[in-house]
Amino acid sequence: MMRMPWFRWHAPKSVAEAATILADEGPQAMLIAGGTDLVPNMKRRHQEPAALVALRGLGELKRIANGAGLTLGAGLTLAEVVESRSVRENYRALYHAAAQVATPQLRNMGTLGGNVCLDTRCTYYNQSYEWRKAIDFCMKKDGETCWVATASKRCVAVSSTDTAPALIALGAKVRLVSAEGTRELDLADLYANDGMEYLTRRPDEILTEIALPAASGWKSAYWKLRRRGSFDFPVLGVAAAVRAAPDGTVEDARIVLGAVASRPILTKAGELLAGKRLTDEVIEEVAAKVASRAKPMDNTDLEIYWRKEVVPAFVGYALREARGDDMRATRMRIARQAL
Amino acid sequence: MSASTNATERAQARDPAAARRNVCLRLRVNGEELEAYVAPYKTLLEVLREDLGLTGTKHGCELGECGACAVLIDGAPVLSCLELAVQCEERDIQTIEGLARGTELHPLQAAFADLGGSQCGYCTSGMVMTAKALLDADPAPSRERIKEALSGNICRCTGYQQIWESVEEAARVLRAEKSEAKP
Amino acid sequence: MNAPEKPLKTRFDTVGKPRRRVDGRAKTIGQQRFADDLALPRMLHAKLARSPHAHAAIESVDVSRAQAHRGVHLVLTGADFPIPYGIMPVSQDEYPLARERVRFVGDPVAAVIAVDEQTAAEALDLIEVKYRPLPTIASPEEGLAKPEPRIHDYGEQGNIHRNQAYEFGDVEEALARSDHVFEDLFFYEGNTHLPLEQQASLASIEGDGKLLLQTSTQNPHYLHRQLGRVLQMPTAHIRVMAIANGGGFGGKCDPGNHEFVVSKAALVLGRPVKICLTREEVFYQHRGRHPVLMKFRTGVTKDGRLTAMHLQTLLDGGAYGSHGPASTFYTGVLTPVSYELPRFKFEACRVFTNKPACGPKRGHGTPQPRFGQEVQLDKIAHALGLDPAEMRLKMLTKPDSLTASWLRIGSTGLGECIEKAVEMSGWKARRGKLGPGRGLGLACSAYMCGAGVSIYWNKLPHSAVQLLLDRSGQVTVYCGATEIGQGSDDVLAGLTAEALGIDPVSVRVVTGDTGITPIDLGSYSSRVTIMMGNAALQAAARVRDLLANAAAEALDTLPDRIAFSQERVFAVEDAAKSMSFVEAVAAAEAKFGTIASVGSYAPPKPPGKFKGAGVGPSPAYSFTACVLETEVDPATGWVTVPKIWIAHDIGRALNPVLARGQVIGSVYMGLGEALMEEQAFRRLPPKLSSALVHRNPSMLDYKSLTHMDMPEVEVALIEDPDPNCPYGAKEAGQGPLLPVMPALANAIHDAVGVRIDEVPITPDKVLAALAKKAKGEVPRVGPERFPAVPYPEPTFVLPPWEGGDGNELKGRKAA
Repeated sequence: MMRMPWFRWHAPKSVAEAATILADEGPQAMLIAGGTDLVPNMKRRHQEPAALVALRGLGELKRIANGAGLTLGAGLTLAEVVESRSVRENYRALYHAAAQVATPQLRNMGTLGGNVCLDTRCTYYNQSYEWRKAIDFCMKKDGETCWVATASKRCVAVSSTDTAPALIALGAKVRLVSAEGTRELDLADLYANDGMEYLTRRPDEILTEIALPAASGWKSAYWKLRRRGSFDFPVLGVAAAVRAAPDGTVEDARIVLGAVASRPILTKAGELLAGKRLTDEVIEEVAAKVASRAKPMDNTDLEIYWRKEVVPAFVGYALREARGDDMRATRMRIARQAL
Repeated sequence: MSASTNATERAQARDPAAARRNVCLRLRVNGEELEAYVAPYKTLLEVLREDLGLTGTKHGCELGECGACAVLIDGAPVLSCLELAVQCEERDIQTIEGLARGTELHPLQAAFADLGGSQCGYCTSGMVMTAKALLDADPAPSRERIKEALSGNICRCTGYQQIWESVEEAARVLRAEKSEAKP
Repeated sequence: MNAPEKPLKTRFDTVGKPRRRVDGRAKTIGQQRFADDLALPRMLHAKLARSPHAHAAIESVDVSRAQAHRGVHLVLTGADFPIPYGIMPVSQDEYPLARERVRFVGDPVAAVIAVDEQTAAEALDLIEVKYRPLPTIASPEEGLAKPEPRIHDYGEQGNIHRNQAYEFGDVEEALARSDHVFEDLFFYEGNTHLPLEQQASLASIEGDGKLLLQTSTQNPHYLHRQLGRVLQMPTAHIRVMAIANGGGFGGKCDPGNHEFVVSKAALVLGRPVKICLTREEVFYQHRGRHPVLMKFRTGVTKDGRLTAMHLQTLLDGGAYGSHGPASTFYTGVLTPVSYELPRFKFEACRVFTNKPACGPKRGHGTPQPRFGQEVQLDKIAHALGLDPAEMRLKMLTKPDSLTASWLRIGSTGLGECIEKAVEMSGWKARRGKLGPGRGLGLACSAYMCGAGVSIYWNKLPHSAVQLLLDRSGQVTVYCGATEIGQGSDDVLAGLTAEALGIDPVSVRVVTGDTGITPIDLGSYSSRVTIMMGNAALQAAARVRDLLANAAAEALDTLPDRIAFSQERVFAVEDAAKSMSFVEAVAAAEAKFGTIASVGSYAPPKPPGKFKGAGVGPSPAYSFTACVLETEVDPATGWVTVPKIWIAHDIGRALNPVLARGQVIGSVYMGLGEALMEEQAFRRLPPKLSSALVHRNPSMLDYKSLTHMDMPEVEVALIEDPDPNCPYGAKEAGQGPLLPVMPALANAIHDAVGVRIDEVPITPDKVLAALAKKAKGEVPRVGPERFPAVPYPEPTFVLPPWEGGDGNELKGRKAA
């Protein structure tokens, strides 16, 4: 049986108390919400926090607020996000993304905030302590070298969150709370292209909510590439959000690529698409341009060159769905479910 | 090997033996209030199996990658291998041991036993508990819905088809029971 | 030995009727105990320290710090285990804990026994082992090229473990006069069993001072022998209980290092010691599918009949022998079973590499050549413009015939299987008409119903059953066979119940316990239904004679006029003359004393007499035909499988629920191998590291199909009872896996016109082949070359129809 190491346990009653504990404990403490990322990582000794601060049960983090847009508490489980009518109807990309994270049980446990802050992944890193010892460890944990790119000075572990590309495409902002105060930033700015320091969040900060702007006029979709219809992390995620005029002319658009770098990649799709209509030709052209931003590394499932090759097809699926095409048959083949 | 200090030494430096105290947990399992005196690093899976003797809940990876350890917490299927036991107090935990009605099998159990839904039986507890949550929420699920609901449970023996058939049969039986119960 | 009992009945009470398996209740209420569910007072826990090096000499092992760690009771090392073991007598090359050398990342070197698992795991890190790294070998090609350093100091030469060649008739001569000769290379990647239950073992000392090992093993008998050898104890002082396995698939056939370790620890400490492997450790225990490179040269006539085949295989054996000698044979010996093949030459070579040992996985050695054979047949059919189904139907092996290699085919339902699969799938109407990117593929297979010879040479029964009845009507049946999920306990109860005319629920089954049950060789080679079943029917017939004798006296008729049905014993001519089964048992007990019997079974002697003729013969062969539908996306190479139809010649389905379950489960595992399962390894840049590690030792990274990925399977069970089998029942647990992989490859060709000549068939390979097709190149992805393998001079045997007598013809080929 794989087992967790010993740790101190804190169960604060409020976000403020959690922030105080976090400030007191310092960087040796970590937050735990659903535990679906942290617990396996601790069992494999990726993270060995001396203390855990539990966010489970904090009502403040479970709020859903409909206003001009939609505000989602970071502590909502992914299942709760999927069940939200507002998400289902107005923020399809987030619905598609959340519904395809891991498995039903893991979505019942894992939270939206946890998925947004998901540790980056790498086939040289997501292994047991003993396995990593056999390669003399790697840069991300206990070692020196990046075995994916041995000349690399930085870790190239992959951003593997499904919801972040969707949320960024939808224009999400996040709120971070610490004992020192509160700050808000664009979700895109929460990420850094570094497999180790992949979040700009400070260790004493708690991600409390994700705010989405009004969805009126926007259509969105998220397409996920993975080997199986369940369990697997994305080896490519494409989120597309498009706002078009009644005649179909694109006014604004965002395409975000996931799982092809250490952070989600916000592409220049908005510039490329603005003023154009989403014809098959335009989609093909934009897909090819956008795809050039994808720089997969050989540290996930599936063959690296193939993963690069299929990016335009997935961008095309997402744009066609955002255009309003019925993509259910294709989704059944790719995702094994119509969503 | 790397120059990094060894994990155990780090753990000991950080966590002297004096700090290693068990905690007393009060858990509500299958409607019973149970107490266990356990190491706080233990997951619900470990406490159920090792401290409460409820070995009906299985484990195939302990990393959330197979579904064998699924139990219901407050009615929803979750993976007991990733659920810290210290977080489970005051919650309603249901395991496979609590499903049968006395000596009479739950319709899901009967269907799995009769229709080949269980071969080696190792995935069965997690599969049946997950299916129970599905049927509680949707008494007449489509086959697609069944597949999706059970998609976090790996089975290496059956090829799943007889599991789908078992869930469909159990749903029929449960619906019939319900309509009989209504006057 | 005893001839198997001929089916006495044509009407059955139990056989053929769908029924709840006898262990179904326990499994669905969480009551079935698996090895890790067991706990004993004062139990300690063991963990193994494993090598971080793929190949290294052990210079020293210092356990002093681990020994001193609080809560540690014992540390064991290779010094505690001087005697090697191995499942096969010719490959005794493993130690419970490595002594001088480690041979793969994960090779166990030491063990800690502590108060709990956490403490044991902490102490592992305190063991200091000094290693001297050695050059590693990652593939059989590399092993052939680098005879030094040798991974083992035994074997054929260099790093070749086994090397063998057989020729049945002059193959070159036949190829030379064939209308066409097709030459194809195929590669089949290794994969593993991935039983959901991780191996666990609990050793303890019983009240009488003897050792008890309760463990997840498929083969308690072989383990029992090896324990006696390694622990230097009389086997009568050791009791192995095979606890119901949470899946086996061949992965729990070999004795495991951990089983010796906990046994030794319990003997040293006098306390119960348990271990449960982590999932990653299960990948290191492995013994799974060998990666095999294959070359087929096959001659055919212009109307598509085979003239001769020259098959060469090269196996990646991993670090130890395991079942390797048998696996090597199995990459060829069953090839001639399905279609008439006048001449056959087969060369096979197994090479040691620094990876976990390969061994027997469902289909043991035969899925690899079956993939090559069935894909090549598809190519031949296309080249000759023939319907692949029709072509196969015209060259089926005949019932009661011999193959060129001297295997005796008994019953065969392959023709019926093909016709049924063709009918169910709408093959004739739909093939080639499904539209762009969609296709149908067909493939067939054959498998054995039990190995004709035991793993160690002996003249003893392969399976034995003991029956004990008493005046309460209780029927207890004892057999060493092991329930691994396949339903062997249910087969045993069902057959016994049928023979005695009682309900299977009335039968108490006691199995897999070397301390109590008579010997059965184990749950491997699809042998249990046939061998245990025949033994059970013999035992049942013997008690039935006693009961009939006593009942006839009471009912005033003759013993041979007594029938048993529905828990009653009656006179056939007058059903009113009857008594309950319980009364009959009491009458017999009064007349003869305690009612008990034994039955046993050994397979018929194989017709081949040459050295090596023992591998391949079986009392019967099962046959399967499969049609698979696929959709291929030309833009991405993404492969979808919406439907599979499969017809399996099972002889007779004893419990159709279980039989169908075995077939669908086999399809599941075959489809997983076809699409995504692979036990793959990674070597780090050699300038920087000597590491050679498993790429994906986890349930997440080793891709096993989920509910979402599994298509619907339509199953037909073809029932043509085989006289060598109990009530005619043949195997169902392995054969139906075999045609799935080639059926997928053939369907992809039908869909988009490309050939993927290797497994798994991943979308990148399909897309690469489509790109080649678009460029006008050969639209194929697969191995490009077969290395020069120093195969030995073949053992030459004339086929039966060329005047052979089954002996080797010395002095090479006949005139």
